[in-house]
Amino acid sequence: MKTILVPVKMVLDSNARPRVRTDESGIDLSGMRMAINPFCEIAVEEALRLKEAGLAEEVVVVSIGPVKAQDTLRQALAMGADRATLIQTDETVEPLAVAKLLRAVVGEEQPDLVILGKQAIDDDCNQTGQMLAALLGWPQATFASAVRFVDGRLLVTREIDAGLQTLSLPLPAVVTSDLRLNEPRHCALPNIMKARKKPLKIGTPADYGVEIDRRLKILAVRPPAGRKPGIRVATASELVGDLRAAGLV
Amino acid sequence: MPAYKAPVEDMMFVLKDVLGAEQVFAEIPAYAEIDTDVVGTVLEEAGRFCAEILQPLNMSGDAEGCRLEDGVVRTPKGFAEAYAAFSDAGWGGLSASPDHGGQGLPRTVQILVDEMLSAANLSFGLFPGLTRGAYEAIEAHGDETLKALYLPKMIAGTWTGAMALTEGGAGSDLGLLKATAAPRGDGSYTVTGSKIFISSGDHDMAENVVHLVLARLPGAPAGTRGISLFLCPKFLPDPDGAPGARNAISVGALEHKMGIHAQPTCVMNYDGCQGWLVGEEHRGLVAMFTMMNAERLFVGVQGLGVADASYQTAATYARERLQGRATDGAGTAPIIAHPDVRRMLLSMLSFIEAGRVLSLFTALEMDKEKFHPDPEVRRVSGGLVALLTPVIKAALTDFGFEAAVLGQQVLGGHGYIREWGQEQFVRDARIAMIYEGTNGIQAQDLVVRKLPLDGGRPVRMFLGLIRETVEQAEGVAEAAALRVAVAEALAHLEPVTARLIDGDLAGLDERNAAATDYLRLFALVAFGWLWLRMTLTVVTMGENADAHARRKIAVGRFFAGRVLPQAGALARQIGAGNAPLMALAAGDF
Repeated sequence: MKTILVPVKMVLDSNARPRVRTDESGIDLSGMRMAINPFCEIAVEEALRLKEAGLAEEVVVVSIGPVKAQDTLRQALAMGADRATLIQTDETVEPLAVAKLLRAVVGEEQPDLVILGKQAIDDDCNQTGQMLAALLGWPQATFASAVRFVDGRLLVTREIDAGLQTLSLPLPAVVTSDLRLNEPRHCALPNIMKARKKPLKIGTPADYGVEIDRRLKILAVRPPAGRKPGIRVATASELVGDLRAAGLV
Repeated sequence: MPAYKAPVEDMMFVLKDVLGAEQVFAEIPAYAEIDTDVVGTVLEEAGRFCAEILQPLNMSGDAEGCRLEDGVVRTPKGFAEAYAAFSDAGWGGLSASPDHGGQGLPRTVQILVDEMLSAANLSFGLFPGLTRGAYEAIEAHGDETLKALYLPKMIAGTWTGAMALTEGGAGSDLGLLKATAAPRGDGSYTVTGSKIFISSGDHDMAENVVHLVLARLPGAPAGTRGISLFLCPKFLPDPDGAPGARNAISVGALEHKMGIHAQPTCVMNYDGCQGWLVGEEHRGLVAMFTMMNAERLFVGVQGLGVADASYQTAATYARERLQGRATDGAGTAPIIAHPDVRRMLLSMLSFIEAGRVLSLFTALEMDKEKFHPDPEVRRVSGGLVALLTPVIKAALTDFGFEAAVLGQQVLGGHGYIREWGQEQFVRDARIAMIYEGTNGIQAQDLVVRKLPLDGGRPVRMFLGLIRETVEQAEGVAEAAALRVAVAEALAHLEPVTARLIDGDLAGLDERNAAATDYLRLFALVAFGWLWLRMTLTVVTMGENADAHARRKIAVGRFFAGRVLPQAGALARQIGAGNAPLMALAAGDF
């Protein structure tokens, strides 16, 4: 393989406590701690391992998001990716638009493999990889828990309800990573410093000829309702009576 | 089980918003490329390493301890692997010169990583910390051959460093030391003597240990002016620089001690081993002292780091532990509802966050002192560093230990048993008050040497900075109570300072008697000043202040109301003078 493309998304840090905007339009991200989506980090790690095993020549990372998403790309570069592209927009970009943008990047980079996280921990969509494969007409293997490259084909182990399934794919292909695919590395200090000098290209959705208008309408985003206090019943029959009254038994 | 999360958010708030570090770096050509974004990334990764790799070894390392087997020290399970990962990731060379393979990051960043290391695993943190002290000494005073041979290996962490100063009869007074060195005629020396309390004196984590040994040359003058510094490697490097023949250095014993059990504190015997002179003959103590400010800042943040680790566990516990009832509600309350528990947590927090600013303020001055292009800036910074170094070393470790005791107390019996790790913090924090010059010695240094330094200019300048902030706070509603408290505390500190510099307390015994209380008073005023600066920063940020920043105003008010009034009592204690201490005859003790 020559190039592996890894799309990465900047998300709210999993340790941060999300605040819902008062107008219920979404989560307020201003001043919040952001981080690389954990599934994307796993995808970067897998691409780097393939490269370090001599199976690929370069790893290119791409992100779609606000200017701050450069930090996420720099982190991927510090892990060992070679180049980065930011498609900068302050809009919320839905999975289909993301997939279309990635298709354009694939046209530009001509990768042999695209590895991306199976989903992002902010919206949990779990759609982008599948849509991208469909748009490209490439084979796909989602929820990968192991990836091997044998005789020019990709052997991908997936976790499914019945156990493990192994798919054999010709290249080029799209793979989405599950949580158990690998454990991402700690960045070495010299690599963090070097990452600042690696190439990072910035473009806009328009540069890639993709409309990112929203097709979905968010009605309201609300925090989960607080748990209501329970009641104590004196006897088991009282409990059964209450359950009956509530139509639960 | 305890968990540690590096306080990167607070560190960045202090660096960026309170101290404006980016402007300082911009003035320094060596740091022209350092921006706070890259510092943030470095701190995030360092914090992750500390939390995920070093912290999980802290309790197991304490329980297992180091062992001496057939003359070789074995470190606890996992330490060698963690050290290899640490060195492979380049963390040992963070602030080291790029000329020898370091990353050349500012001292300011180093000190933040030191805090994380200390919080996650103090025993471990001492290995790279001492190595840094040793390579900085070699870099400043060694000849080119020594530098070329030793610096790249030490900066890469392949070889570690140890400082061999103390002897059985020479502790705080190094002038009494007896180790000897004699020239061999080939440019090297034969070093003989026995040293005690040698941290990282021997271990199995790296391929060589480089000892910097203080010893006397033949005919050397008595006292501190007759001491020279020698580099004595455990294995003598062969011509290619690989560790070769074993030098005549051996571990006499491993000390059994209160804390830092995973850190090998050795009795070291140098039995006619081969060594090389570092710096000039008889100027060894001077060579060591150029490293002293940095080392003491490092020890100070050890107190800070352990206090923060203890605080994090105590705060989590206090939110979850249900005992007693809150006065305003029915049912069992988490203990954080009780004012007395809050008193403990806030005492810890108000020290930790102000101590962090003080250590960073000083580290920034250190960076300026070393690299700023303007000689006048370097001179002024040098004065402030000299003044604040003993304060940081002693105050951060004294308050750090007190905080660890409070963190233990919050957990009650669960703080006393091992499970939660709080009793380990108490034991580990204790050493930082003792080594690298006891806190009593630090207080003497502050009062006897640093107050009169340069005609009193550094201390006058520092007190001037505090007055300036008090003036800036005039009319700021959120800072009103704090401003008054700082002004009052300063009014206690200033006259005592004048009396110690050239007034009725300037005699040798009077200064000695006042020193420890004075250092504490000085530190409290400095912390109050920094709370005021943080409060003003948050007020200025206005809408941009996030929840973390806004919290500062409440903690500052706590410090103003519940801690800073101690300044008045300390000033009175100092004013009572030497007489009450000397009234009892030595025989009556």
